[in-house]
Amino acid sequence: MTHRIQLPLTREKAAKIKSGETVYLSGQIYTARDAAHKRFMELIKNGAELPVPIEDAVIFYVGPTPARPGQVIGSAGPTSSYRMDAYAPELLKLGLRGMIGKGKRSKAVINAMRDAGAVYFAAIGGAAALLASCIKSCEPIAFEDLGTEAVHLITVEDFPVIAVIDSRGEDLYISGRMAYLGR
Amino acid sequence: MRIIEAPLFTPIVSHLCIEANCRLPQDVRARIEHCRKTEDWSIGRNMLDKIIENYKVAEANNMPICQDTGLVCVFLEIGEDIFIKGNIADAVNEGVRLGYKEGYLRNSVVGEPLFGRKNTRDNTPAMLYTEYVPGDKIKITVAPKGFGSENMSQIKMLRPSDGLAGVVKYVLKTVEAAGPNSCPPIVVGIGLGGTFDKAALLAKKALMRPVGEVNNNPQYAAFEEELLVKINTLGIGPQGFGGRTTALSVAIEYMATHIAGLPCAVNINCHAARHASEVV
Repeated sequence: MTHRIQLPLTREKAAKIKSGETVYLSGQIYTARDAAHKRFMELIKNGAELPVPIEDAVIFYVGPTPARPGQVIGSAGPTSSYRMDAYAPELLKLGLRGMIGKGKRSKAVINAMRDAGAVYFAAIGGAAALLASCIKSCEPIAFEDLGTEAVHLITVEDFPVIAVIDSRGEDLYISGRMAYLGR
Repeated sequence: MRIIEAPLFTPIVSHLCIEANCRLPQDVRARIEHCRKTEDWSIGRNMLDKIIENYKVAEANNMPICQDTGLVCVFLEIGEDIFIKGNIADAVNEGVRLGYKEGYLRNSVVGEPLFGRKNTRDNTPAMLYTEYVPGDKIKITVAPKGFGSENMSQIKMLRPSDGLAGVVKYVLKTVEAAGPNSCPPIVVGIGLGGTFDKAALLAKKALMRPVGEVNNNPQYAAFEEELLVKINTLGIGPQGFGGRTTALSVAIEYMATHIAGLPCAVNINCHAARHASEVV
């Protein structure tokens, strides 16, 4: 089954997505990786406002290459998600509804996703040139001093991802391998 | 005696940084395309199709294959009959600095690992490896190493009694633990013997061997093939969604070691197994 989803990702839209499905996302997404997440946590701890409206938002774990003149963005593939596992539950509690990365997530993240009705998507790791062609605009919105790790607001059109872990906690990294081995 | 000025390395390293990041080498492509034909799982085939499409798009548009343009590993195989005038490391780092700027490559290096973690903003320093070889030529290899796969690499001081079975078990355990995180299909470099540090270096050197080339020692060549078959029955598959193609190849490098030891290092590379060389 293939879905086309217009963002933001509401709880209702997220609930319809099942692990293993291909999803094409269109709309606005925020980029953030290790250093930006660390700053998010400091802001939350201090009771300050996040630079990203987190309710129903989707965060893409990416640090793109610099854009050449005339390009919207450079190559932009996912980074390993487990490094954000320490931070994700806190953001899910605040209404974060989707994450795009690659690789496994911790039990704590999956439990927090169930509570939040959130989905974890994978983009193809290392397919960064291909993914960049689905990004139509990109502007920095916070922590510009972090360079490639700054938070950007990007607009995507039919951005291809695979729903790995759905809002029920089903995990394609487990079920896909089991299905293959049991073929 | 041939005399070379160190600054000669700068433009070569600069060019190789861009070349390696934007054009996947032919050996890796041939192997991925072969695996596409033998992959027996639909989603696995689909992932390999996208990976192939990606490196073609990257080459056509002169874009990096992956946004993680890596920590630059530079291998210099220096002929013994050469004298290099000047500072080699400075010349190499200047090449990295230029290449990453001109090629619009990502600066992914922090100057210090624990307290500040400040980005050096020019992707220096490179990890420099030098080795003396017979002759009067220098081979320069630039291999930008992505950390998705580097982070999944492991080393263990096995006991001699662990033997062949111990190595098999440890390699499979490492690949299994890496799972989807290291962007499979992966290239597995294994270093056996030496000391703790030499084993790791051997594993890194194993990753530099062209995919498809086997170890000169027939016993090790057969062991590479055996490990590849075993890894590809784990079912992890391209991107970890299931399938046959978990690894593209296994390369082992070995050397002498102590009577009490069997150091075993497993260095993993992703499918964007980038390297480019030039001989001067």
